[in-house]
Amino acid sequence: MGVRRRTGGFVLLVNPILCDGFGHCAELAPDLVRMDEWGYPIITTEPVPLANLAALESARYAVRGCPRQALRIERVSDHP
Amino acid sequence: MISPDQLPRVLHQAADRPLTLAQHEEAFGPMPPSAPSLEQLEASGLTGRGGAGFPTWRKAKLIRELRGHNKFVIVNAMEGEPAAHKDRTLISANPHLVLDGAEHLAGIVGAKHIAVCVSRDNPVMVNHLQRAIHERDRRSMRGATFELHTPPWRYVAGEESALVHWLDDNESLPQYRPRRPHILRIGHAPVLLDNAETCAHVGLIGRYGGDWFRRLGTPSSPGSTLVSVTGAVARPTVLEVALGTPLHSILERAGADLDPQALLMGGYGGAWLDARHLDAPYTNDALGPLESTVGAGVIIVLPRSGCGIVETQRIARWMANESARQCGPCAFGLPAIAEDLAHLAFDARDAAAAYERLLDRCGAIEGRGACRHPDGVVRLVRSALRVFAAHVEDHVRGQSCVASRSTHHYTSVPTLEREEELIWE
Ligand SMILES: Cc1cc2nc3c(=O)[nH]c(=O)nc-3n(C[C@H](O)[C@H](O)[C@H](O)COP(=O)(O)O)c2cc1C
Ligand code: SF4
Ligand code: SF4
Repeated sequence: MGVRRRTGGFVLLVNPILCDGFGHCAELAPDLVRMDEWGYPIITTEPVPLANLAALESARYAVRGCPRQALRIERVSDHP
Repeated sequence: MISPDQLPRVLHQAADRPLTLAQHEEAFGPMPPSAPSLEQLEASGLTGRGGAGFPTWRKAKLIRELRGHNKFVIVNAMEGEPAAHKDRTLISANPHLVLDGAEHLAGIVGAKHIAVCVSRDNPVMVNHLQRAIHERDRRSMRGATFELHTPPWRYVAGEESALVHWLDDNESLPQYRPRRPHILRIGHAPVLLDNAETCAHVGLIGRYGGDWFRRLGTPSSPGSTLVSVTGAVARPTVLEVALGTPLHSILERAGADLDPQALLMGGYGGAWLDARHLDAPYTNDALGPLESTVGAGVIIVLPRSGCGIVETQRIARWMANESARQCGPCAFGLPAIAEDLAHLAFDARDAAAAYERLLDRCGAIEGRGACRHPDGVVRLVRSALRVFAAHVEDHVRGQSCVASRSTHHYTSVPTLEREEELIWE
């Protein structure tokens, strides 16, 4: 067992059909999510490095905190 | 056999009444005993005629490689674009060519069912298709079985995931697809979905082959295509042209205004094109760099006397009303954009601020719906602000134009329904 290397990145994805604009995600992951003028989340589309533990942790909070279970974390590798 | 350099192809022998199966086989030759190979389809270079312009063989390959006994082929004849009437014209002339193509596609991917989808608000088309399918049933051909489906007409009902949703669950609402390409399914069965015109071209490729198909058009956009020309024309026309035909000769053949102000290309989710570019060939390769598109084969001619901002505002307002209202950015963003356009066009005091808001809001809602409906509106609005930039400036400076006070318009939009009257079932 070697040391698990954290390569690649992740994106936070929202299912816009499920999302009801409660706005919890913008509070839980303010670095990744901001609100539009109607209260729906605008999420950074740029992949965030997995090594950024604070961002990953906040994304996990947002996923768990979303009352509609509309959020998902998806891994993206650097070499497709 | 139709000679390869001859036009029309899919509208060959078009008359007032649809060709019967016997007449059809006389005109085009008998149906070949087996479907064309995927290689033939690839060699033809056919791309989808429903709007996205994706290579048809690649979609077919994706579905062919999947396992499953109950695959579906869906023929999309919904024709949601109010300015388009090409699928209607095609099916009122050569319905069997469309069905031939669907059978070929079913043969290629190994599908058992063919679902032909046409809006129930167009009873004439429903009739033509019913009769054509009945004729084929009596011949008891081998292979896939046909079924006819008639969802209610809505702009987004023709979107592929909405159509599949309808077949699966009687709701014409688009579905969320995080990854593309996404395999659409009815239950567990994979679905290949193609536009009616695309199927008709496949019907010809099955008879005459891929090389025959390439004899018209350009190397990267081969074949012919149907164009619906409306707006400043003597009367709305559907033409079959070779891809790569210069725009001005399409206008000439359609009997349109030859010195227009701009053209709306592709449909209501398409883009305006300045009339400076009338020499451009009609292909996505040539129109792409001009930030325009072939799209669903719609050309709306705006004469110099019209106001592009007012026309765009009318379309945007109607498109906002047609949102399925599932996604916040689409349900709230599109009405806001339509409102901004109205202020830009008619409210001199607020025009400057409305212009700024428009730019912000277009950026904010792009790419955030479950389907591409809002993206289409954003593309339309951005193209209007670019192509009519000088005219936008007049409006911003408070000089609203004569055309914006006229009641004569060149884009046709159906009457707006109240929200509670919209049917999604
Ligand atoms: C909002 C929206 C509406 C659409 N409406 C239609 C339609 O009415 N008819 C159609 O053929 N394609 C329509 N499309 C495109 C289809 O989703 C799909 O791309 C197409 O039918 C695929 O067939 P093709 O590969 O043969 O072009 C629509 C797309 C969107 C985003
Ligand atoms: S917490 Fe969930 S429902 Fe609320 S705005 Fe965020 S994604 Fe939407
Ligand atoms: S983007 Fe608009 S039209 Fe598409 S699914 Fe969402 S609400 Fe419906």
